[in-house]
Amino acid sequence: MRIKVRALEALMCGALLLASGGVFAAEAGEGAEGATQTNWKAWHADVDIANKGALQRGARNFMNYCVGCHSLKFERYSRLGEDLGIPPELLEKYLIQPGDKPANYILTTLPAGDAEAWFGKTPPDLSLMARARGPDYIYRLFKTYYLDPTRPTGANNLQLPGVAMPHVLSELEGLKKAVYKSVEKHGEDGKATTEQVFDHFEQVAPGRMNADEYDGFVRDTVAFLSYVGEPAQIQRHALGIWVVLFLLVFTWLAWLLKKEYWKDVH
Amino acid sequence: MAAVQGSQSGPTPERKGFLGWLNKRLPVDEFMRSQLTGYYAPKNFNIWYFFGSLALLVLVLQLATGIFLTMFYKPGEATSFDSVEFIMREVNFGWLIRYLHSTGASAFFIVVYLHMFRAFLYGSYRAPRELLWILGMLVYLALMAEAFMGYVLPWGNMSFWGAQVIVNLFSTIPAIGPPLVEWIRGDYGIADATLNRFFSLHVVAVPLALLLLVMLHLVALRQTGSNNPDGIEIKKKLGPDGHPVDGIPFHPYYTVKDVVGVGVFFVLFTIVVFFVPTFGGLFLEGPNFEPANPMSTPEHIAPVWYFTPYYAILRAVPNQRMGALLMGLAVFAFFLMPWLDRSPVKSIRYKPFISKVALAIFAVSFVSLGYLGLQPAEGSYVMLARIFSVLYFAFFVLMPIYSRMGTPKPVPERVTYHAH
Repeated sequence: MRIKVRALEALMCGALLLASGGVFAAEAGEGAEGATQTNWKAWHADVDIANKGALQRGARNFMNYCVGCHSLKFERYSRLGEDLGIPPELLEKYLIQPGDKPANYILTTLPAGDAEAWFGKTPPDLSLMARARGPDYIYRLFKTYYLDPTRPTGANNLQLPGVAMPHVLSELEGLKKAVYKSVEKHGEDGKATTEQVFDHFEQVAPGRMNADEYDGFVRDTVAFLSYVGEPAQIQRHALGIWVVLFLLVFTWLAWLLKKEYWKDVH
Repeated sequence: MAAVQGSQSGPTPERKGFLGWLNKRLPVDEFMRSQLTGYYAPKNFNIWYFFGSLALLVLVLQLATGIFLTMFYKPGEATSFDSVEFIMREVNFGWLIRYLHSTGASAFFIVVYLHMFRAFLYGSYRAPRELLWILGMLVYLALMAEAFMGYVLPWGNMSFWGAQVIVNLFSTIPAIGPPLVEWIRGDYGIADATLNRFFSLHVVAVPLALLLLVMLHLVALRQTGSNNPDGIEIKKKLGPDGHPVDGIPFHPYYTVKDVVGVGVFFVLFTIVVFFVPTFGGLFLEGPNFEPANPMSTPEHIAPVWYFTPYYAILRAVPNQRMGALLMGLAVFAFFLMPWLDRSPVKSIRYKPFISKVALAIFAVSFVSLGYLGLQPAEGSYVMLARIFSVLYFAFFVLMPIYSRMGTPKPVPERVTYHAH
């Protein structure tokens, strides 16, 4: 289904290109508030790369909760500070890991061998995760953890069933279990079977954050990972507007010139 | 009466000074005259005639950006993926050069497909332009090879699996297939050796072939002259000055017009480069932002959009060998166009209704197959791909029959042109 979604996105891109003639709005989508939990697949992260505050909070979240296991092997601390407008002193004080220098890449200190032994798989580098899977994927991943005693970590996930990563944000979100409902389905042979289909989550233990705060926390983190996926996108948008404006003027002048020359052609 | 007064014609005037010195040693003026100011093109070109010069522009753009990418790209299983990210993040304006190149690849196919469709519309492949058409088709083949090998270079997971699927197609050739595939890959699987030879071919061999073929395509065009939307030969009606009455010098009239086309093209092109460089996953696919991993197959392996019509035909056939054969025939059929079209007129403007319907069905089939090639091969998609594949081939196979049916409209003596 992913490809289908991408094709739709492309169509949207095309339509927007034609309609707006330049200013391209970030992926539009309804917020989680409007959508019910049953159709969690329609949730959108609604990332706004221009929101520096969100990116800064996301960087803080990453350094507090993710870097213990995950690296950003293509991102330097210094680049992060420059792009997100974090002064070097604050960068040094709050974000750079002990022993690291600003020019270092953001690497986890967790040895790969240990990670494999503990989780069954080395936690992936997250530099390009938002580009490879899309921001919505990460957003849904962190919003659809639920209790599952059959898993070694005690948690499972709707977006990534059988996820190897424990629910590291459970202290913030609290614990929730998945509630299923029975749905009758008719197979190809016409026989009716009952299937368990996810309906909604039920909070069984509170976390340190309420639902809105947790949602904001995840959105900030996803926005940060989207930025890390392509740091140049901030420059890209800023420069692009001038390039397109210049080309519009150029094309207009070229058209005037063409009109002048072609007066001779009868 | 000549269409244009005061155009440059006749022998090139003698020059003095440096240009005179130069022209005695290098035929600069003579070249300009024969290729641009003295080359007469029909005056009734419409929007479809922008795409030839745009294809040349994109070729130059790809060469220029490619040169800069090669300065930082490091071919090799262990280095390719990281070096592309290095370009995207740490090289000054590396992201811009990379996006110009990746968007340029898709833009190349867009303008080339429109350029080819123009020939379908106005019968530009018909005599005396058969060789011009064949040279153009060879450019298209070289372009496909160039794009395929270029797509492997970032060494993302779709690069790897795309290469796996496409190279394996050669294994369906009887007898020599399997050893041939091994020879192409230089290994038992897509590996370091494959990546390095694709790099060599992508940056040296195929671009040289492309440049040579494009030059021959242009030389052949100068020999026959351009066709036009009316599909009539302007050389048949010469004025007292010996030039076609319906022709105008390529320079300045079409150079100045093509610059407008370049402007419009670049506006659209830069909107993509700066605001939607992945184009929703069509120009740069999501799975290709994960490094090549022989242990993990992407959910759906799909080539980039410009190959998907052929990919859909490949998958529509249950037998892989037949599928690969039909895929090859789908491309090869284009070469036969000059001899399949038996219509007494060239241009769609004067062709009877049935030929117009046939071309419309072909265009819809090609685009639909392109869409279906992006979808998973399951359910109704397969059946649709089969239907459109049949229509695709019917367009070519039945052309000798339907192109002779119906009564064409009378073709005018002179081109249709309304001064603006």
